[in-house]
Amino acid sequence: MTDHNAPTSVGIVTPQVASFNEPLQLSNGGQLDEYQLVYETYGTLNPAKSNAVLICHALSGHHHAAGYHSETDKRPGWWDHYIGPNKPIDTNKFFVVALNNLGGCHGSTGPNTINPATGKLWGSDFPVLRVRDWVNSQARLLDSLGIEKLAAVIGGSLGGMQAMRWTLEYPHRVGACVVVASAMKLSSQNIAFNNIARSAISKDPEWHNGHFYQVDSKPRTGLSLARKIAHVTYLSDDVMGERFGRELKSGDFTLGTHSDYEFQVESYLNYQGASFAETFDANTYMLMTRALDYFDLAREYNDDPAIAFSHAECPFLVISFTTDWRFSPQRSREIVEALLAAGKKVTFADIESSYGHDAFLLPNDRYEALFKGFMNNVAKQLAGGNNDAR
Amino acid sequence: MSQNSLLGVTTMRVDLDIIRRWVQPNSRVLDLGCGDGSLMEMLTSDGHTCIGLEINPINIQACVEKGLSVIEQNLDLGLDNFADKSIDMVVMTQTLQAVHYPDKVLQELLRVGREGVVAFPNFANWRCRYYLGFRGRMPVSKFMPYSWYDTPNIHFCTILDFEQLCRDLGISIVERVVVDEQGNSDWLTRYLPNIFGTTAIYRIKR
Repeated sequence: MTDHNAPTSVGIVTPQVASFNEPLQLSNGGQLDEYQLVYETYGTLNPAKSNAVLICHALSGHHHAAGYHSETDKRPGWWDHYIGPNKPIDTNKFFVVALNNLGGCHGSTGPNTINPATGKLWGSDFPVLRVRDWVNSQARLLDSLGIEKLAAVIGGSLGGMQAMRWTLEYPHRVGACVVVASAMKLSSQNIAFNNIARSAISKDPEWHNGHFYQVDSKPRTGLSLARKIAHVTYLSDDVMGERFGRELKSGDFTLGTHSDYEFQVESYLNYQGASFAETFDANTYMLMTRALDYFDLAREYNDDPAIAFSHAECPFLVISFTTDWRFSPQRSREIVEALLAAGKKVTFADIESSYGHDAFLLPNDRYEALFKGFMNNVAKQLAGGNNDAR
Repeated sequence: MSQNSLLGVTTMRVDLDIIRRWVQPNSRVLDLGCGDGSLMEMLTSDGHTCIGLEINPINIQACVEKGLSVIEQNLDLGLDNFADKSIDMVVMTQTLQAVHYPDKVLQELLRVGREGVVAFPNFANWRCRYYLGFRGRMPVSKFMPYSWYDTPNIHFCTILDFEQLCRDLGISIVERVVVDEQGNSDWLTRYLPNIFGTTAIYRIKR
């Protein structure tokens, strides 16, 4: 395992806060008068400010993508396998910006922050956000850092949706786009899973219509159940079989006896659900899953993804994983087909992995090599060392 | 999917050089079974826009490192992700013999491409004939290093076979170059191509 002294770790990192008081117009017709975004950066911005890479996070992600917060921090950021010196997103070459999206619950303005109009926590009154609202707020963050053009915008899952939206909304500000385990829109099955998750939360008596903070409570049962459902869909049947099988955590099945038993997989899910319910905000979960459901890359482009992508100006890397059934390889192939029809430069690989959707976060030799190969070329283009105009 | 090792490197270069001459300026080129991207790299430097399809992860990695556009795709499943006549030139070198449905791949090739180039090893070459005819064994040489049971080359054909298939499918042959192991096209390969030719390179269209 890596540690903060490892040569491939970005080491100890400190989150920063950017405050904005120019109103942000939202796609639901409303606006946010003022807001904060918490973010981290890794690597060094070059004098030309041309080597910035934006990391867009997924449903339960946040600004802490790499490194450690302290010497005693046990776990690194959520994408530490892929961000750091000599890693695919090489911090020797790139200046990496990772933020917590608006509506998040890790420090950026969201449901668990104060609504200036009422002086109380926003709760479920926080505006409904769509992916493009995140993209617009991310663009403001880059403005504040003096970054006009990104070397690359990168995201997995819901993050991939943001990355793709970037290439349509701010085509001249994106040098390359990496879309991992994502989709141009969710399938009906995917929306159904999100609906079940939201129902689990909203049916929890402690939900209080999203104003549970007022009664100093949390819909732990609902959020935990939502997480457990999602977690199962992020894994594959095979990997669950390998990891847990039918092993018992406690009890046994000896004939003629009775003892309470618990399967390993139950113990694991109970733990995952409970710890998530403590650290994550139920309103944020509602908001993020709704943004996922709403997202449809081509909706405003006559439902034609090729027309949508005709607005993009950068090369793309699209990656899927063979056992991912939540964002299946077919969804990625659809992205590729649209990019080809739009005449864009695209590279696609379907990476062999047994880890399902979770694979995009986990170590995988082929995924790492491919990602690194692509990013090295992004860096070469920046350096201007590559004179062919591919 | 591309099996460069079927042929000597020198032959391969000649084969690429011939193809290079056949591509019109500023073309959009699709390379089916693009291998490590050697041909695409050459054509890109000529100013063409290239996309490669490949199923071997090692080859895909090589293309990515060269900064080329490559898509992981099994040719036997068709080219549904490409619209009719969306490509100026579709190239397939040393791949025809490795697909499950060569006839369907050829038809797909000319559906998406205005023109196509196909290069394949000629199984009726005198060395193969000698191997099979006198030794009674499937040909194995430095040019065809695989044993019959573990070869990716499952659909070898001859020059006559290929031309018959083109007639059957209504494909017209615009140009043909047949070369020997050294990559030369001399009087022997010109007059008796199906005996002395090692590699046949065709420019085809509908």
